[in-house]
Amino acid sequence: MPLSEELKARITAEFPKYPERRAVLLTALHFIQEECGGWVSPDVVPELAELLGILPIDVEEVVSFYPMYHPDRVGRFHVQVCTNIACCIRGARGVVRRLEEQLDVLSGEVTEDGLFSIGEVECLGSCGTAPVLMVNNERFVENVSADDVPGLVERLRARAAGGGANGSNGAGGGR
Amino acid sequence: MAFEGYLLPPSGKDWSKIADYKANGGYEGAEKALRSMKPADVVAEVKNSGLRGRGGAGFGAGMKWSFLPQDVQRPRYIACNADESEPGTYKDRQILERNPHQLIEGLLIAAWANTIDAAYVYMRGEYRGPFENLNAAVAEARAAGYLGRNVLGSGLDFDVFVHRGAGAYICGEETGLMESLEGRKGQPRKRPPFPAIAGLWKRPTVINNVETMSHVPHVIRKGADWFKTIGTEKSTGSTIFGVSGQVVRPGAFELPFGTPLREIIFEHAGGLRPGRTLKAVIPGGVSMPVLDAETAMQVNMDHDSLQKVGSLLGTGAVVVFDDTSCMVRAAIIISRFFRHESCGQCTQCREGTGWLHKLMLQVEAGTARKSDLDVVDEITRQMEGKTICALSDAAAWGSGWFLRRFRPEFEAHIDRGGCPHAGTSFEV
Repeated sequence: MPLSEELKARITAEFPKYPERRAVLLTALHFIQEECGGWVSPDVVPELAELLGILPIDVEEVVSFYPMYHPDRVGRFHVQVCTNIACCIRGARGVVRRLEEQLDVLSGEVTEDGLFSIGEVECLGSCGTAPVLMVNNERFVENVSADDVPGLVERLRARAAGGGANGSNGAGGGR
Repeated sequence: MAFEGYLLPPSGKDWSKIADYKANGGYEGAEKALRSMKPADVVAEVKNSGLRGRGGAGFGAGMKWSFLPQDVQRPRYIACNADESEPGTYKDRQILERNPHQLIEGLLIAAWANTIDAAYVYMRGEYRGPFENLNAAVAEARAAGYLGRNVLGSGLDFDVFVHRGAGAYICGEETGLMESLEGRKGQPRKRPPFPAIAGLWKRPTVINNVETMSHVPHVIRKGADWFKTIGTEKSTGSTIFGVSGQVVRPGAFELPFGTPLREIIFEHAGGLRPGRTLKAVIPGGVSMPVLDAETAMQVNMDHDSLQKVGSLLGTGAVVVFDDTSCMVRAAIIISRFFRHESCGQCTQCREGTGWLHKLMLQVEAGTARKSDLDVVDEITRQMEGKTICALSDAAAWGSGWFLRRFRPEFEAHIDRGGCPHAGTSFEV
């Protein structure tokens, strides 16, 4: 799967900010995930490496090092719940459990229709509005409770039906 | 009179737009510095203010700046740490979301003081909202002539770029941040050389936290002497305490250093739920040693006071536990976190963090032996002061001090063969 011309243009537009092209790697991987289904397919690695003047292994080791990059497929809506201290104190485990029940997959898995996956992540920096979750890389859903899960899932399904997976209007929940 | 603060707009207000920021004194510090002060005078003023880093280590900001080579050879950079990831911490986000120009102004003044070509704000990738907000502010600042060529006629060419990380805690460590910004795994570098000599792309680099930089405009506009009237002798100014956990009103409160922890929990954060008693408080993010209730009720929130009671101020992130909480479960979450975030370079950290987590799980399950508690203690000692960066120390303190300060509760798990608080405590 080649990188689209638009995507390559978006990546090369970042070059002037830095003395070395390689510095654009993390940003480029964010762009790729945004535009190519939420994960970094191995197919894009050689072309990205060439664009940045580095080796494929340089890209691969970065993809595997950083938790926000997914070397395997995730759902169209990757629902990530913070399970660090402040969120667990205020019920994050119950949120994960309700998601698992609602979507009929375990944390770490993708639903059969490819629409959802559940992830557990470390502190998101929203401890005063815990528990918090993040759908893909959108704005946080804060003060979330287990009881908010069915509504959240419903809204995401509606977005999928409406064709709009992207957009920064968040998952429409929280407060 | 209640302390009003200066870092954040009044409650409910947002100064993200440059017009609102300027209407409240914004960019006056930069105007003063670039139009009427020599770079060395700016460094001296910041040094004299006693401003200490707000990212966790508390190192003197002006002192750090003075380490850059006096013989200026370009380019030189600022790396601004917006990788806020220390569990419990969400203070920089308040600034990024509601007062981003204050950070840009701080960066501009630091650039003038240290003859800097460009600043890179390394922001954790999950902060989507703050990223967009800061980027919009940078565009406004550029349009208004506060960034770009010959800023304010000073001859300084300076720009700010916002760079996104991708979820690794270790990138908040200064040299891990630099590796990451250059497009590599965020594995910390050996020092020396220190960033002031060879930082980003091996060039002299100033590195400060978002909040630290945000104090700078106020130090310059109102002066070091004013700044020193706030806080304590050795912890000057205010800071943003982020309170979380089992309090009625969690939130971020800007208060002078030296504010009693009791006041923060019971007045600002609304105290505990009805009928509950205080059990433990982490005063500065999970890297810092936990305090028992009695100590927490007596300590003031400044560097010296916390050090005296066997902890550290860290990021000022206050995590509160009431009597329903299981201390072993807290230690499980904290040890799991460090196990996940160890970058893997140093054996003590890579192996030690995994051992600690496994042992904590065994204690909770009631399958550990009493002698395992001594093993935990021994592992934590082997992890301290022996690695490239301080993550290993933090991992050792984070869960190790839960054991040292709540040992009877750990032993009770072993005696009972399970968790005595299973019915009331939060789940991990």
